[in-house]
Amino acid sequence: MKRFALLTLTLMLALPLSATSVEANDKRIKAGFIYVGPVGDAGWTYSHDQARKEMEALPFVEPSTYIESVPEGAESARVITGLVRKGHNLVFTTSFGYMDATLDVAKRNKDVVFMHCSGYKTAENVGNYFGRMYEPRYLTGIVAGKMTKANRIGYVAAFPIPEVIRGINAFTLGVRSVNPKAEVRVVWTQTWFDPGIERDAADSLLDVGADVLTMHQDAPATLQAAEARGAYVIGYNTDMRSFAPNAFLTAPVWNWGPLYSRIARDVQDGTWKPESIWWGMQQDLVRLAPLNDKIPAEVKLLVEEKTEAIKAGKLHPFAGPIKDQNGETQIAAGVIPTDGDLLSMSFFVEGVQGTIPK
Amino acid sequence: MLEILLDATVRAGTPILFATLGAIINERAGIINLGIEGLMLIGALAGFAGTQASGSLLIGVVAAFVAALLAGSIHGFITVQLRGNQIVSGLALTMFGIGITALFGRSMVGLTIAGFERVAIPGLSGLPLIGKAFFNQDLLIYFSFFLVVAIALFFYRTRWGLALRTVGENPAAADTCGVPVILTRFLAVAIGSGIVGIGGAYLSLATTPMWIENMTAGRGWIAVALVIFASWSSYRALAGAYLFGGITAMQLRFQAMGTTVSVHILQMMPYFFTILVLVISTIRLQKGASQQPENLGQPYDREDRK
Repeated sequence: MKRFALLTLTLMLALPLSATSVEANDKRIKAGFIYVGPVGDAGWTYSHDQARKEMEALPFVEPSTYIESVPEGAESARVITGLVRKGHNLVFTTSFGYMDATLDVAKRNKDVVFMHCSGYKTAENVGNYFGRMYEPRYLTGIVAGKMTKANRIGYVAAFPIPEVIRGINAFTLGVRSVNPKAEVRVVWTQTWFDPGIERDAADSLLDVGADVLTMHQDAPATLQAAEARGAYVIGYNTDMRSFAPNAFLTAPVWNWGPLYSRIARDVQDGTWKPESIWWGMQQDLVRLAPLNDKIPAEVKLLVEEKTEAIKAGKLHPFAGPIKDQNGETQIAAGVIPTDGDLLSMSFFVEGVQGTIPK
Repeated sequence: MLEILLDATVRAGTPILFATLGAIINERAGIINLGIEGLMLIGALAGFAGTQASGSLLIGVVAAFVAALLAGSIHGFITVQLRGNQIVSGLALTMFGIGITALFGRSMVGLTIAGFERVAIPGLSGLPLIGKAFFNQDLLIYFSFFLVVAIALFFYRTRWGLALRTVGENPAAADTCGVPVILTRFLAVAIGSGIVGIGGAYLSLATTPMWIENMTAGRGWIAVALVIFASWSSYRALAGAYLFGGITAMQLRFQAMGTTVSVHILQMMPYFFTILVLVISTIRLQKGASQQPENLGQPYDREDRK
């Protein structure tokens, strides 16, 4: 009896699989998106939604669905399952906290392709993707290092996870590459999205004398704080210069469009494989927003040079030697850390003032 | 540093203060309002949209008040006139507020306005320590000071205030004395909701002059808790809101100054203080100092009179 049940189950699983491979060429893509914030956040979720719209322009892609402000964790599995039930065959889950829920739902829905953003797990029908945001972060660090007069730069940070720590480190390395005397002060808000707290955190950094700010948050509150107090600011996620026309220098921004379109195409023609995609500036997944005209020409030139070097693979922000806050060597001279090392980064480089909550 | 800290405390506490004051007016009349978070969002969006369209901050604040008043009237109608469940109606109001502001706020995302600026009060703003925090603020903060005193005077020095408190304590007795219970309760819910809306507008017009979905980020729920913390007094609401704002401001500044105190301990403080104050107020309650309106949460129907 048990064997019979297993056999039927296998048949049931195999049937739709073979069916799809036969008619691969006229396969339609119906994509669903799970967002952690509202599409109107002007930041992270907004950047994904722009790419979703870009992907919809492909001829074989049907109008897609998105569900916003989905809480992270086990609860999200219900929402993801809902998308699958409604016939979506490609699901993007766009926040770290959806990782386990995505794998869980994927296990029970083998005919659907899942793409999880910013995680590290894959499965038969689950791939993950992210961008090497540390590359443009490094470049913004160069700008900040050149523009600071107080040699004190403030960083409004969300949560002490490797992604954020990597950003702070890359930024600081950029700063110190042009200004070894500058320090980067970090304040943790312990939230991705709370404009009030972000504003207050930014103010607290200005209060201790920082004259350039940057942030790893989803709202543009830090930009407004800098604008109001006549400091400079470097944004994140999207080009938010309208919030700080005078203070805004530049921002490392996301450009998910090309990646989403490629994934849709791969799923459509059957060449999709479960892999970990980690694109950088070379593939144009991450970019630098246009530089403010207040930045001197020679700094612009330097940034341009370094951009080309990164794109050509000649410059790696984390190429050793790199020392941590205590002066101990974490990455030896001549060594380029592996992606695994980068993805699990949990120390601050020399030049960061602040602690990583443990 | 203390001066800056005090200033940040007032600014962080003000949106919660407005919301708490509005909630107190609701509850003094006997109606629980769990829609504060939704009302704040409605106020934030209406305030921003009003200012964006007219270029006037005053019109924005009035728009926030009116929009939240109208939304609160739904809660008032359901709970007062129809005698519906106050908890359910309030929660529904919060969800309604989150949803409707997300929908109508789409076109407001990314737009900018000139927010409230500081206005120094001559003579007083130069005072050491408290000058900057209390006398060099924006007009809405001055208005919140006025409101704290005005509400206390209203409750205890006017006939209308007495009527309002009585419908919350003993509506049957109020009815006997000729107080229009249903109308009083409804107006308290509507006007209280309007004041909550100004708290939301403080976020979108002063703290961060912009509209972003869900920008209140849970402050409405803090206000709901602060009502109990404040034992329904506007003065204690001020203390509670500033305590909350102050602890938040302090932990961020400790980090910025580069102290080595664990961030987790710093960020635990607001919640630690909430528990502490709830314990203290509960002990005081047991000693017979309860300020909770006797009839809180009970619908009133003349036919039900015992």
